Amino acid sequence: MNPTMIPIPSAWILYLSAVLFVIGAIGVLLRRNGISIFLALELMLNSANLAFASFAFRFAGASATAAHALNGQIFIFFIIAVAAAEAAVGLALFIAMYRRKETIDVDRFNILRW
Amino acid sequence: MSLSQFIPFLPEIFLAVAGFAILLAGISLGKRGARGLSLLSLGSLAVTAILIWVVGRPVEGAHTILGGMLFVDTFAVYFKLLTMTASGIVLLMSAGYLERSDYSPGEFDALILFATLGMMIMASGANLVSLYVGLELMALSQYVLVGYFKLELKSNEGAVKYFVLGALSSGVLVYGISLLYGALGTLDLGAIRAALTASDTVNWTLNLGIILVGFGMLFKVAAVPFHVWTPDAYEGAPTPVTAFISVGPKAAAFAMFLRLFLGAFHPELAQWRIVMWIAAAATVIYGNIAALTQDNVKRMLAYSSIAHAGYALIGIVAGTAMGLWSVMVYMLIYTFMNLGAFGFVIMLETRGYAGERVGDYAGLAKRHPGAAAGMLIFMLSLAGIPPTAGFMGKLYVFSSAVQAGYIWLVVIAVVMSAVSLYYYFRIVVEMYLKDGDEDEPAPLVRDRWLDAMIGLCVFVTLFLGVYPAPVVGLAQSGVHALGLG
Repeated sequence: MNPTMIPIPSAWILYLSAVLFVIGAIGVLLRRNGISIFLALELMLNSANLAFASFAFRFAGASATAAHALNGQIFIFFIIAVAAAEAAVGLALFIAMYRRKETIDVDRFNILRW
Repeated sequence: MSLSQFIPFLPEIFLAVAGFAILLAGISLGKRGARGLSLLSLGSLAVTAILIWVVGRPVEGAHTILGGMLFVDTFAVYFKLLTMTASGIVLLMSAGYLERSDYSPGEFDALILFATLGMMIMASGANLVSLYVGLELMALSQYVLVGYFKLELKSNEGAVKYFVLGALSSGVLVYGISLLYGALGTLDLGAIRAALTASDTVNWTLNLGIILVGFGMLFKVAAVPFHVWTPDAYEGAPTPVTAFISVGPKAAAFAMFLRLFLGAFHPELAQWRIVMWIAAAATVIYGNIAALTQDNVKRMLAYSSIAHAGYALIGIVAGTAMGLWSVMVYMLIYTFMNLGAFGFVIMLETRGYAGERVGDYAGLAKRHPGAAAGMLIFMLSLAGIPPTAGFMGKLYVFSSAVQAGYIWLVVIAVVMSAVSLYYYFRIVVEMYLKDGDEDEPAPLVRDRWLDAMIGLCVFVTLFLGVYPAPVVGLAQSGVHALGLG
């Protein structure tokens, strides 16, 4: 490794993932536009991916725990696949809603009492 | 990597293939084949059950399959058969309903089968990867099912709300899993339990991970304060779907909850008991109080199902072997009585969303005494009056909590059960004591399959009320699988 390059500590990546998770959760709860909610949901899932990656990176660094690294790395692929399926279902539901109401503003979804 | 290791996985493989086959058959048949497709789906569930009996039976020694991904134990078989039975009943109940609607039955039946597959994996998952994938398979099928009546605004709205909050909860769950992984380095339930037993250090990553996973599970079983999706999803969904999501997925979520909190996290349970205690008490209180003011029967049953999740949570708070099997028994009893009650709502819905108001039930006992008597039994059972099964279920759960020393929680639950009498008996009073509109008597759906399924639910509800021993025995054999001794 180039001696002038200092690797980013894995804890920083973890903090970043926590920040992204909180931003995502707040976004889901406060945003009113369907697509924005969608982005916030993806942010939450990807923050978990980032946390998995940073933990796996930390495990891989020490020979005693190197065997653990694979578990987390594999989970990331499952999350990516599930996120894709979730996007397909969620967008389909929003499209069905849009066809009826011509809006995806969740404040306008008010027939059922929230 | 030999093929023989997939043999215990044959039931799941078969169900997945059957689901796709029914999806294709549904597209080519269109609207005509509702009953045929239901029978076909029921047949594939039956074959899956036989396959479980033949190849998936728990064998001594070999407890996990597919490289430690799935358990093959009595606990898994119990919940697999329970969720498959629930799905089968829903399939038969929904055939006539779909015939009367403008929507095709093929995708409906296939989605029920896919959700069942997800529930089977949740019941047997031995690794957080398989549990998560099973949970998502179930949840994604449910979102689509809730929005199945795509031209009905109510159905759209229920589905969107369910989807947004459901996806939020799986985000929380998966972040919790990542923290657990970071603290322990493993996703295997057995290894997690071993690691938790070995260490007694306080670790914030681990604690935060467990609490986030717990929040995700509380959402899936619709416990307070993670219940807000329930009334909307239940009211908006087509009634057979409401019947389905109120029983099968709830039982599967409880299977996963038990597997995690009484299995893998058991050494840490003492620390989280207070959280569970508060969640159980809040769920029982809120569910019952909120149900009091509902005029829509589906919404009332939604709050009632929240309350019942609270009763079942009491068994998890107890955390003993009896707590475990009493929750297993409770989920089975709840499945039959709740399916029966929703079957009755389907019976009243001659078209669209008619027959959902409490007032629509007025004077029903005079015109349709048999149907009214069935509903009376389900209401008695849901309220927990002997000699119905609901009473036995509550008795087991509450006595497990008393034995574990949680007297106050039981006091709260018993008081709230008494409160629940009010809203269950509102329907009974409407049926038996009020006079209906004589000029326009509420018609009932004539559907032999629906009648048969409601009859089955009545039979099971009464039978388990007087003779619960066989189910208790089955559930007790599942206790050992979770290592509660």
